[in-house]
Amino acid sequence: MTTTTINEPVISGQPTVADEEPQREPIERVSIICSKGSLDMAYPGLVMANGARMMGIEAMVFFTFWGLDMITEKKVDNLHVATVGNPALPMMPTMVGGLPGMEAVASKMMKKQMEDLDIPPVREFIEMLSDAGAELYACRMAMDMFKLEETDLLPQVDEVLTVMDFYEKSAGAQIIFI
Amino acid sequence: MPVVEYAGQSIEVNDEGFLMDSSQWTPEVAEAIAKEIGIDELNDQHWKVITFCREDAAKQGTPPGLRRISKNSGVNMKDLYQLFPKGPGKLAAMVSGLPKPQGCI
Repeated sequence: MTTTTINEPVISGQPTVADEEPQREPIERVSIICSKGSLDMAYPGLVMANGARMMGIEAMVFFTFWGLDMITEKKVDNLHVATVGNPALPMMPTMVGGLPGMEAVASKMMKKQMEDLDIPPVREFIEMLSDAGAELYACRMAMDMFKLEETDLLPQVDEVLTVMDFYEKSAGAQIIFI
Repeated sequence: MPVVEYAGQSIEVNDEGFLMDSSQWTPEVAEAIAKEIGIDELNDQHWKVITFCREDAAKQGTPPGLRRISKNSGVNMKDLYQLFPKGPGKLAAMVSGLPKPQGCI
Protein backbone atom coordinates (compact mmCIF):
# COMPACT_ATOMS: atom_id res chain seq x y z
CA MET A 1 0.00 0.00 0.00
CA THR A 2 1.19 3.46 -0.72
CA THR A 3 1.10 6.05 1.94
CA THR A 4 -0.21 9.47 1.20
CA THR A 5 0.42 12.53 3.25
CA ILE A 6 -2.44 14.90 3.59
CA ASN A 7 -1.87 18.62 3.87
CA GLU A 8 1.84 18.33 3.47
CA PRO A 9 3.20 21.87 3.61
CA VAL A 10 4.33 23.13 0.23
CA ILE A 11 7.80 24.56 0.33
CA SER A 12 7.94 27.41 -2.11
CA GLY A 13 10.48 27.14 -4.88
CA GLN A 14 10.16 23.35 -4.95
CA PRO A 15 7.45 22.61 -7.45
CA THR A 16 5.68 19.31 -7.07
CA VAL A 17 3.76 17.50 -9.77
CA ALA A 18 0.47 18.81 -8.42
CA ASP A 19 1.94 22.30 -8.58
CA GLU A 20 2.15 22.34 -12.36
CA GLU A 21 0.34 25.16 -14.17
CA PRO A 22 -3.13 25.18 -12.71
CA GLN A 23 -5.89 25.51 -15.29
CA ARG A 24 -7.27 29.02 -14.99
CA GLU A 25 -10.21 30.58 -16.79
CA PRO A 26 -8.97 32.93 -19.52
CA ILE A 27 -10.05 36.56 -19.23
CA GLU A 28 -12.96 37.27 -21.59
CA ARG A 29 -13.75 40.92 -20.93
CA VAL A 30 -11.96 43.87 -19.33
CA SER A 31 -13.44 47.14 -18.13
CA ILE A 32 -10.86 49.86 -17.75
CA ILE A 33 -11.52 53.07 -15.84
CA CYS A 34 -9.36 55.98 -16.97
CA SER A 35 -9.59 58.67 -14.30
CA LYS A 36 -6.49 60.73 -14.99
CA GLY A 37 -5.75 63.01 -17.89
CA SER A 38 -2.06 63.74 -17.68
CA LEU A 39 -0.13 62.33 -20.62
CA ASP A 40 1.77 59.80 -18.52
CA MET A 41 -1.45 58.48 -16.99
CA ALA A 42 -3.41 58.50 -20.26
CA TYR A 43 -1.39 55.83 -22.04
CA PRO A 44 -1.51 52.92 -19.57
CA GLY A 45 -5.28 52.46 -19.89
CA LEU A 46 -5.21 52.81 -23.66
CA VAL A 47 -2.40 50.28 -24.03
CA MET A 48 -4.15 47.82 -21.71
CA ALA A 49 -7.44 48.10 -23.60
CA ASN A 50 -5.80 47.76 -26.97
CA GLY A 51 -3.71 44.81 -25.83
CA ALA A 52 -6.87 43.05 -24.73
CA ARG A 53 -8.49 43.53 -28.13
CA MET A 54 -5.34 42.35 -29.91
CA MET A 55 -5.75 38.97 -28.29
CA GLY A 56 -9.47 38.77 -28.75
CA ILE A 57 -10.57 39.90 -25.28
CA GLU A 58 -13.60 42.25 -25.18
CA ALA A 59 -12.62 45.68 -23.85
CA MET A 60 -14.51 48.71 -22.62
CA VAL A 61 -13.00 51.96 -21.37
CA PHE A 62 -14.82 54.33 -19.03
CA PHE A 63 -13.41 57.85 -19.02
CA THR A 64 -14.14 59.68 -15.80
CA PHE A 65 -12.90 62.77 -13.97
CA TRP A 66 -9.74 64.04 -15.66
CA GLY A 67 -9.66 60.96 -17.84
CA LEU A 68 -12.38 62.76 -19.81
CA ASP A 69 -9.66 65.04 -21.20
CA MET A 70 -8.54 62.11 -23.34
CA ILE A 71 -11.83 62.08 -25.23
CA THR A 72 -12.56 65.82 -25.16
CA GLU A 73 -12.07 67.42 -28.56
CA LYS A 74 -10.44 70.57 -27.15
CA LYS A 75 -8.13 68.79 -24.70
CA VAL A 76 -6.98 65.58 -26.35
CA ASP A 77 -4.11 67.11 -28.31
CA ASN A 78 -2.82 69.11 -25.36
CA LEU A 79 -2.32 66.55 -22.62
CA HIS A 80 0.76 67.22 -20.50
CA VAL A 81 3.19 65.42 -18.26
CA ALA A 82 3.05 67.02 -14.80
CA THR A 83 6.56 68.15 -13.85
CA VAL A 84 5.66 69.21 -10.31
CA GLY A 85 4.77 66.57 -7.76
CA ASN A 86 5.20 63.70 -10.21
CA PRO A 87 6.95 60.88 -8.36
CA ALA A 88 7.97 59.38 -11.67
CA LEU A 89 10.32 62.30 -12.20
CA PRO A 90 12.45 62.19 -9.03
CA MET A 91 15.42 63.67 -10.83
CA MET A 92 13.53 66.87 -11.38
CA PRO A 93 13.65 69.25 -8.40
CA THR A 94 10.23 70.74 -7.71
CA MET A 95 11.48 74.27 -8.27
CA VAL A 96 12.83 73.35 -11.69
CA GLY A 97 9.64 71.54 -12.57
CA GLY A 98 7.72 74.69 -11.80
CA LEU A 99 9.68 76.86 -14.22
CA PRO A 100 7.76 78.12 -17.23
CA GLY A 101 8.04 75.79 -20.20
CA MET A 102 9.14 72.72 -18.26
CA GLU A 103 5.86 70.88 -18.75
CA ALA A 104 5.99 71.55 -22.45
CA VAL A 105 9.53 70.18 -22.68
CA ALA A 106 8.70 67.04 -20.69
CA SER A 107 5.53 66.48 -22.72
CA LYS A 108 7.36 66.88 -25.98
CA MET A 109 10.00 64.40 -24.85
CA MET A 110 7.39 61.86 -23.89
CA LYS A 111 5.51 62.23 -27.18
CA LYS A 112 8.74 61.66 -29.07
CA GLN A 113 9.54 58.54 -27.04
CA MET A 114 6.07 57.15 -27.64
CA GLU A 115 6.26 57.74 -31.38
CA ASP A 116 9.64 55.96 -31.48
CA LEU A 117 7.95 52.92 -29.94
CA ASP A 118 5.23 53.05 -32.59
CA ILE A 119 2.68 54.19 -30.00
CA PRO A 120 0.30 56.73 -31.58
CA PRO A 121 -0.75 60.11 -30.14
CA VAL A 122 -3.81 59.89 -27.88
CA ARG A 123 -6.31 61.06 -30.52
CA GLU A 124 -5.14 58.42 -32.98
CA PHE A 125 -5.01 55.85 -30.20
CA ILE A 126 -8.70 56.47 -29.44
CA GLU A 127 -9.53 55.99 -33.14
CA MET A 128 -7.50 52.80 -33.17
CA LEU A 129 -9.35 51.46 -30.10
CA SER A 130 -12.66 52.24 -31.71
CA ASP A 131 -11.63 50.46 -34.92
CA ALA A 132 -10.47 47.54 -32.78
CA GLY A 133 -13.99 47.20 -31.44
CA ALA A 134 -13.33 48.52 -27.92
CA GLU A 135 -16.35 50.23 -26.35
CA LEU A 136 -15.66 53.80 -25.24
CA TYR A 137 -17.82 55.45 -22.59
CA ALA A 138 -17.83 58.87 -20.94
CA CYS A 139 -18.86 59.45 -17.33
CA ARG A 140 -22.07 61.43 -16.87
CA MET A 141 -21.05 62.95 -13.56
CA ALA A 142 -17.65 64.10 -14.79
CA MET A 143 -19.35 65.60 -17.87
CA ASP A 144 -21.63 67.62 -15.61
CA MET A 145 -18.70 68.61 -13.43
CA PHE A 146 -16.72 69.94 -16.37
CA LYS A 147 -19.85 71.35 -18.05
CA LEU A 148 -19.35 69.27 -21.17
CA GLU A 149 -21.93 68.30 -23.79
CA GLU A 150 -21.80 65.18 -25.94
CA THR A 151 -20.81 67.39 -28.86
CA ASP A 152 -17.60 68.29 -26.97
CA LEU A 153 -16.46 64.66 -27.12
CA LEU A 154 -14.63 62.74 -29.83
CA PRO A 155 -16.98 61.00 -32.29
CA GLN A 156 -15.61 57.58 -31.28
CA VAL A 157 -17.30 57.78 -27.86
CA ASP A 158 -20.19 55.30 -27.86
CA GLU A 159 -22.26 56.54 -24.95
CA VAL A 160 -22.39 58.65 -21.81
CA LEU A 161 -22.95 56.46 -18.75
CA THR A 162 -23.88 56.91 -15.12
CA VAL A 163 -21.93 54.87 -12.64
CA MET A 164 -24.83 52.43 -12.43
CA ASP A 165 -24.82 52.00 -16.22
CA PHE A 166 -21.08 51.44 -15.97
CA TYR A 167 -21.52 48.48 -13.67
CA GLU A 168 -24.17 46.99 -15.93
CA LYS A 169 -21.90 47.26 -18.96
CA SER A 170 -19.05 45.77 -16.94
CA ALA A 171 -20.93 42.52 -16.35
CA GLY A 172 -18.52 39.61 -16.50
CA ALA A 173 -15.52 41.91 -16.87
CA GLN A 174 -12.36 42.33 -14.87
CA ILE A 175 -12.36 45.96 -13.74
CA ILE A 176 -9.09 47.87 -13.86
CA PHE A 177 -8.81 51.36 -12.34
CA ILE A 178 -6.20 53.79 -13.55
CA MET B 1 7.45 20.77 -27.96
CA PRO B 2 4.36 19.34 -29.65
CA VAL B 3 4.62 18.14 -33.22
CA VAL B 4 1.54 18.57 -35.37
CA GLU B 5 0.57 17.47 -38.83
CA TYR B 6 -0.17 20.37 -41.17
CA ALA B 7 -0.79 19.76 -44.88
CA GLY B 8 0.93 16.38 -44.71
CA GLN B 9 4.02 17.78 -43.01
CA SER B 10 5.17 17.11 -39.46
CA ILE B 11 5.70 20.53 -37.92
CA GLU B 12 7.03 21.48 -34.53
CA VAL B 13 5.02 24.17 -32.75
CA ASN B 14 5.25 25.71 -29.29
CA ASP B 15 2.60 25.35 -26.59
CA GLU B 16 0.61 28.25 -28.02
CA GLY B 17 0.69 26.84 -31.53
CA PHE B 18 3.32 29.10 -33.11
CA LEU B 19 5.67 27.40 -35.57
CA MET B 20 9.11 26.78 -34.10
CA ASP B 21 10.77 27.05 -37.51
CA SER B 22 9.21 29.58 -39.85
CA SER B 23 10.99 28.05 -42.85
CA GLN B 24 8.62 25.07 -42.56
CA TRP B 25 5.76 27.39 -43.46
CA THR B 26 3.98 26.99 -46.80
CA PRO B 27 0.68 28.48 -48.00
CA GLU B 28 -0.88 25.05 -47.37
CA VAL B 29 0.40 25.12 -43.80
CA ALA B 30 -1.20 28.56 -43.41
CA GLU B 31 -4.54 27.14 -44.55
CA ALA B 32 -4.21 24.35 -42.00
CA ILE B 33 -3.32 26.71 -39.14
CA ALA B 34 -6.25 28.93 -40.14
CA LYS B 35 -8.67 26.02 -39.82
CA GLU B 36 -7.18 25.25 -36.43
CA ILE B 37 -8.01 28.77 -35.19
CA GLY B 38 -11.50 28.84 -36.62
CA ILE B 39 -10.95 30.52 -39.99
CA ASP B 40 -12.47 28.26 -42.63
CA GLU B 41 -10.92 29.86 -45.65
CA LEU B 42 -8.17 32.43 -46.14
CA ASN B 43 -9.35 35.16 -48.50
CA ASP B 44 -7.40 37.78 -50.49
CA GLN B 45 -7.35 40.14 -47.51
CA HIS B 46 -5.88 37.44 -45.28
CA TRP B 47 -3.19 36.79 -47.88
CA LYS B 48 -2.37 40.48 -48.07
CA VAL B 49 -1.74 40.44 -44.33
CA ILE B 50 0.22 37.19 -44.39
CA THR B 51 2.42 38.33 -47.28
CA PHE B 52 3.16 41.61 -45.51
CA CYS B 53 3.92 39.89 -42.20
CA ARG B 54 6.35 37.45 -43.74
CA GLU B 55 8.13 40.05 -45.86
CA ASP B 56 8.34 42.50 -42.98
CA ALA B 57 9.61 39.86 -40.54
CA ALA B 58 12.27 38.81 -43.03
CA LYS B 59 13.44 42.43 -43.24
CA GLN B 60 13.10 43.40 -39.58
CA GLY B 61 14.02 40.08 -38.00
CA THR B 62 10.91 40.25 -35.81
CA PRO B 63 7.21 39.83 -36.56
CA PRO B 64 5.31 43.12 -37.03
CA GLY B 65 2.95 44.46 -34.38
CA LEU B 66 -0.65 45.18 -35.23
CA ARG B 67 -0.27 48.92 -35.73
CA ARG B 68 2.60 48.31 -38.12
CA ILE B 69 0.47 45.83 -40.08
CA SER B 70 -2.47 48.22 -40.26
CA LYS B 71 -0.27 51.09 -41.45
CA ASN B 72 1.70 49.19 -44.06
CA SER B 73 -0.13 46.12 -45.34
CA GLY B 74 -3.03 47.90 -47.03
CA VAL B 75 -5.50 46.28 -44.63
CA ASN B 76 -6.84 48.69 -42.02
CA MET B 77 -7.38 48.08 -38.32
CA LYS B 78 -11.13 47.48 -38.60
CA ASP B 79 -10.64 44.87 -41.30
CA LEU B 80 -7.84 43.17 -39.37
CA TYR B 81 -10.31 42.51 -36.57
CA GLN B 82 -12.84 41.16 -39.07
CA LEU B 83 -10.25 38.85 -40.58
CA PHE B 84 -8.99 37.53 -37.24
CA PRO B 85 -11.90 37.97 -34.83
CA LYS B 86 -10.23 35.96 -32.09
CA GLY B 87 -7.36 38.42 -31.86
CA PRO B 88 -5.32 39.67 -34.81
CA GLY B 89 -2.36 40.55 -32.56
CA LYS B 90 -1.40 36.91 -32.13
CA LEU B 91 -3.21 35.19 -34.97
CA ALA B 92 -1.83 37.16 -37.93
CA ALA B 93 1.67 36.12 -36.89
CA MET B 94 0.59 32.56 -36.16
CA VAL B 95 -0.97 31.99 -39.57
CA SER B 96 2.11 33.56 -41.14
CA GLY B 97 4.29 30.97 -39.42
CA LEU B 98 6.09 33.60 -37.35
CA PRO B 99 6.76 33.77 -33.61
CA LYS B 100 4.44 35.71 -31.28
CA PRO B 101 5.06 39.45 -31.64
CA GLN B 102 6.91 41.01 -28.73
CA GLY B 103 5.47 44.52 -29.01
CA CYS B 104 2.44 45.80 -27.11
CA ILE B 105 0.92 47.75 -29.96
